[in-house]
Amino acid sequence: MTEFFNTTVGLGYEWSWFLATIVGILVIALPLMLAVAMIIYADRKIWAAMAMRRGPNVVGPFGLLQSFADGLKVFLQETIIPTAANKGLFLLAPIITFTVALIVWAVVPFQAGVVLADINVGLLYILAASSLGVYGVILAGWASNSKYPFYSALRAAAQMVSYEVAIGFTLISVVLWAGTFNLSGIVLGQQNVMGIHLNGFGFNPLLFPMAVLFLISSLAETQRPPFDLTEAESELVAGYQTEYSSMSFALFWLGEYANVILMCVLNATLFWGGWLPPVDWAPLYAVPGILWLFAKMLLFFFVFGWIKATVPRYRYDQLMRLGWKVFLPLSLFWVFLVSGVLMWMRVGFGS
Amino acid sequence: MSVAQYVKAFTLWEFVKAHAKTLRYFFRAKATINYPYERMPQSPRFRGEHALRRYPNGEERCIACKLCEAVCPAQAITIEAEPRDDGSRRTTRYDIDMTKCIYCGLCQEACPVDAIVEGPNMDFSTETREELIYDKAKLLDNGDRWERVLAANLAADAPYR
Amino acid sequence: MIQAIAFYLFAAVVIVSGALTISSRNPVHSVMWLILAFFNAAGLMVLVGAEFIAMLLVIVYVGAVAVLFLFVVMMMDIDFAQLRTDVARYATIGLALGTALAVEVMIAAFAWSEGRIDLARRAAPIDPAMPNIAALGQLLYTRYLFLFEAAGFVLLVAMIGAIVLTHRERAGTRSQHVGRQVARRPQDATRNVKPTVGQGVEL
Repeated sequence: MTEFFNTTVGLGYEWSWFLATIVGILVIALPLMLAVAMIIYADRKIWAAMAMRRGPNVVGPFGLLQSFADGLKVFLQETIIPTAANKGLFLLAPIITFTVALIVWAVVPFQAGVVLADINVGLLYILAASSLGVYGVILAGWASNSKYPFYSALRAAAQMVSYEVAIGFTLISVVLWAGTFNLSGIVLGQQNVMGIHLNGFGFNPLLFPMAVLFLISSLAETQRPPFDLTEAESELVAGYQTEYSSMSFALFWLGEYANVILMCVLNATLFWGGWLPPVDWAPLYAVPGILWLFAKMLLFFFVFGWIKATVPRYRYDQLMRLGWKVFLPLSLFWVFLVSGVLMWMRVGFGS
Repeated sequence: MSVAQYVKAFTLWEFVKAHAKTLRYFFRAKATINYPYERMPQSPRFRGEHALRRYPNGEERCIACKLCEAVCPAQAITIEAEPRDDGSRRTTRYDIDMTKCIYCGLCQEACPVDAIVEGPNMDFSTETREELIYDKAKLLDNGDRWERVLAANLAADAPYR
Repeated sequence: MIQAIAFYLFAAVVIVSGALTISSRNPVHSVMWLILAFFNAAGLMVLVGAEFIAMLLVIVYVGAVAVLFLFVVMMMDIDFAQLRTDVARYATIGLALGTALAVEVMIAAFAWSEGRIDLARRAAPIDPAMPNIAALGQLLYTRYLFLFEAAGFVLLVAMIGAIVLTHRERAGTRSQHVGRQVARRPQDATRNVKPTVGQGVEL
């Protein structure tokens, strides 16, 4: 792409790089928005089916266009800003949530070499960007100047900070095994793991518990049930979204589901081989890598919906206990264990 | 704690079992129906939208006895009556405020001539509140429209009262 | 070209948001400007090629520390009149500190323009092809291992100290014992009885 602008259009190298990056961003972001619309539909269908209901089935064939109808509806609604709200921050909050959900996608590798920014601190970038997501929620809660959103903001702040610690340590064990922070490098490091012709750290019995831990933590990080304490409707009306309407509400939804898709992709990329086929067998490599990634993402999305339909919501103190007293020590111990095993594999017990 | 319990706790066995159960439900037949297109069977005693019936010759049944107005617990019914030119006693006004009505069915129980009945229609909605204040014309129109079903329902229910 | 634009953009935003951090009325806005300043500082660090430090800045300061700031600041009930008088009281100290910092920066700038001291390079020559996480790791875990461990130890002591100072056992609370709950089995908790008619059940 950069070469195209450089040679065909005749721009300087820097500006062609700039334009190519912008095109790359659009190529990722626009299909992502479409994917979010469809994934909301899929989520509702999965959830409905587990409750033996039909789910949305009126708009379009099988209700496929339901999300677009909803989008049109919120687009036509009036944006209501409470008089007591802090107007600037109130409007900024959904934009932060939405933007942060999009920027993380810059480092996600879709296929060998197909990544917007192949930086060597990719994993840290993801941690950094996802830690920003909490600001949207906190600001929304505070700027609404209303008590339930405020409770929700406080809950969100504590919850996200707690689980980021666990996620960080979980990822350290992946990084230790892969030896790099670069996501493409991590994916390639999963090829034929343990020499059993399976692609994915999750097939390594030592790292499998971390895969489970990461799956659960990513539920908490995206505030999906059973950890959706921030919008616990039985306690907080709708949490930080209570005062929002129209497009600002829709931005929260888009951001939330973009985050959910991202977490599904991360689960697939970090533990289950990313764009590699699950089995290290030559004919499977004929299928384009992005399809494998997509299939794995959908599988994880199904798991997310499945968990949502199965498990009741945690109590807040149980959530904190799980994060600090179970996940943190466990993942810390695993960092120790994994580095020990790696040292043993490299140098044995000798000096 | 026994060893089995430790194993169960650390493999999240209860969670796995719960998820297996919901997965089974995922593939089961749906318990709900496709509502506006499919409907559940309805009892002949179902108490829905009101209707004023007529005799087969077209004469309205209501004789303005005002029993329904008297019995109505929500006081939703308003009746005014005058003798008609042919000397028969008929209503000049028969209003039901559907926003007050609690669909208890006492009006149709009270009616000596089966004039006011509650029909099977339950999905009627309006865009304004005023439209929900039914007058005599609307009720008679309902009666004409639903007469076949109303008569059948009354006949089906008759042996039990 | 783009690098220059990016540098001036980040630098300008850092300075402006820094100024707004101390000048804005609402403390929550202050924290937000502070976060913006952190963020752009991280951008500057990426520009000079210290991407690891930049990411750590965002993760630690923006992701965790500033969240806690915000957490505290959001719950404050501020008396602005009181705040104004306090500003007058501490103005001299603040001015003194500010001047000292400004002078130090100027001295540093003069010293640098006289010919900078290549201290970092002399202490630890870095292979330019090496990603800077690896470079940092290699230094921290070899040459500076002792200092690194000592710093970690100091943090650990501080953490334990904080816990010891604030933690107190309260008597008479009924807390949840998850282990005990998990260990409980149906047969320990319930009893199957078949009461004869008219006899009832012994509870």
